Amino acid sequence: MNQMIINGLMLGMSYALIALGLTLIFGIMNIVNFAHGQMCMLGSFIMYYLYGVFHWNFFITLIICALILALVGAVFERFFFRRFLRFSSREENSMLLAIGTALLLENIALISFGEKHRGVPPLNDYIFDIAGIYIPANRIIIFAVSIVSIIALLLFIQRTRYGLAMRALAQDKEVTFLMGVDIDKISMMGFALGASLAGVAGGLLALIFPIFSGSGGNLSIKAFIMIMIGGAGVVPGAIVGAFILGMVESIGYGLIPGSATYLFIFSAAILLLIIRPLGIMGKPGY
Amino acid sequence: MKNIKIFINKKTSLTTTKIVIFVVGLLYIIGYPLIFRHNNYQLNIVITASILSIISLGVWLTFVIGRINIGQGAFVLIGAYTTAILLVKLNLSFWLCLPVSGIIAGLLGFLIGIPILRLKGVYFDMLTLSLTEAVMLAMLNLDFLTQGSRGIMNIPIPGALKIGSLTIIPAFTPGKYLSFYYLTVILLIIILFAIWRLYSSRIGWNMQVLRQSDTLALSSGINIAKYRLISYTICCFLGGIGGSLFAVYIQSLFPTSFKVIDSIYYMLYCFLGGLNYLIGPILGAFLMTFSFEGLRFIQKYQEGIYACLMIIFMLWLPNGLMSLKLKKRTIFKNQPH
Repeated sequence: MNQMIINGLMLGMSYALIALGLTLIFGIMNIVNFAHGQMCMLGSFIMYYLYGVFHWNFFITLIICALILALVGAVFERFFFRRFLRFSSREENSMLLAIGTALLLENIALISFGEKHRGVPPLNDYIFDIAGIYIPANRIIIFAVSIVSIIALLLFIQRTRYGLAMRALAQDKEVTFLMGVDIDKISMMGFALGASLAGVAGGLLALIFPIFSGSGGNLSIKAFIMIMIGGAGVVPGAIVGAFILGMVESIGYGLIPGSATYLFIFSAAILLLIIRPLGIMGKPGY
Repeated sequence: MKNIKIFINKKTSLTTTKIVIFVVGLLYIIGYPLIFRHNNYQLNIVITASILSIISLGVWLTFVIGRINIGQGAFVLIGAYTTAILLVKLNLSFWLCLPVSGIIAGLLGFLIGIPILRLKGVYFDMLTLSLTEAVMLAMLNLDFLTQGSRGIMNIPIPGALKIGSLTIIPAFTPGKYLSFYYLTVILLIIILFAIWRLYSSRIGWNMQVLRQSDTLALSSGINIAKYRLISYTICCFLGGIGGSLFAVYIQSLFPTSFKVIDSIYYMLYCFLGGLNYLIGPILGAFLMTFSFEGLRFIQKYQEGIYACLMIIFMLWLPNGLMSLKLKKRTIFKNQPH
């Protein structure tokens, strides 16, 4: 049981990166980024090639993951969503475009990488044994990198001028524009930031999960559940949701056989949303 | 900032539209099966597109109340499994299974709809998305009923419909798609007509008000919960009917037969055709099915090209195909922004 809780915490930390990226994009642009899981998948593949095949340094690869995905995010925002949001008369239609980008990424991956499941060697084979709980050093590194990235992100959002502009944009687009903020630039930055978080998360998850081109869809659904539980567009909500999901998933896989775990998670999420329609920490307005 | 659309009583001088509808309808019912009577492949495309249209019409009805429903796959799966189980395990007649599947899916939609229709915006979208996955997992785990991941094979094709000794519909011949063609076509036309009557009735108008704004609807004395539930229940009912048809048409069924991606496609058909028109989902379903077949020759890149087309399409015509028509008539409409 202790083992499961520790595993859940470790998993939750990586999930928090994914959920934060999604919630950031949603908060700033009011777009549900369907391609989020696929972006993670791309991150995993970059990790596989640079670290697994070419044996580059892990941390440098992680930074490259973040940069490439930031570029992908910026391109998506600049060429797809910005134009779209300007001309569409129904904002919900952005869902379709988001789904289109998700399919596109998935198919690019499928064509270029095939359907094979891959894996990368662990960073460190050592396993700590603390009072009967086994913690691989690998997972500790993932945990640490996740914490550092999340803290850096929170500092960026809370302490810098760009972070301030993003928070303002999430609250009210028109007023932010009137305050002299370059909305296009900040939106693009937000999208890039969210995507790069997905890249980092994908790179980290590559160490523990198999890497394959179809993994994106599942990750997207997991990310949706996390931000539904926590409350969409709310930063602490995303983290809470991620930890709850990580914990439930880890304990569930330990106690219930096979796919019933996720059936339970879905049912629980639906029940939770019946009681709290905006998630645990959600704010009205979305 | 929601602009309130003024309902203008349009003059019915659209004779060209009527002629077009008549000609297309005639071709659809008589022309196409006459030309491709023995060509199962060609019939297959239209059958698939027709069933998809039935399912998407349901999704479209939830768009009318202003909700994005990505959970239709769940109810299609429920309908398909109901038919498969009733046919294989209880040996009932297909003509009984078809309405029963629809009703069971509708009933489940009604029960699930009561709580989840209270959710707003993206929460509803994401929840319906999870619903598809949840039902798929449920079917996977309800082993005693659904045979889990082994699926249900050899679902019998529809037999004869008899009342007493009078045969109303003869039994379907295996390997011939013509009877399936007429079944789906007639069902689609009946359903289209029913939805059209519903849409232009008082109930339909009330639903359209819901899309404009909940507050507006409330202040005009419309029972919001009731109309949402009506729309969602009908949506699930149509999903169940579509699933039932797919089950007997494809004759095998697995929990993964209808996945999240299918739910997304049903929604896409509505989007592509245009959400403001009843014909939208049907146009979308037919267009996508035909282009899907057309792109088959580049099998490997098929879905990639599909995705690209979708993105380009959405950038070019963000409000659907039918918005081409809308552009000419913008003078009569309040332009947003």
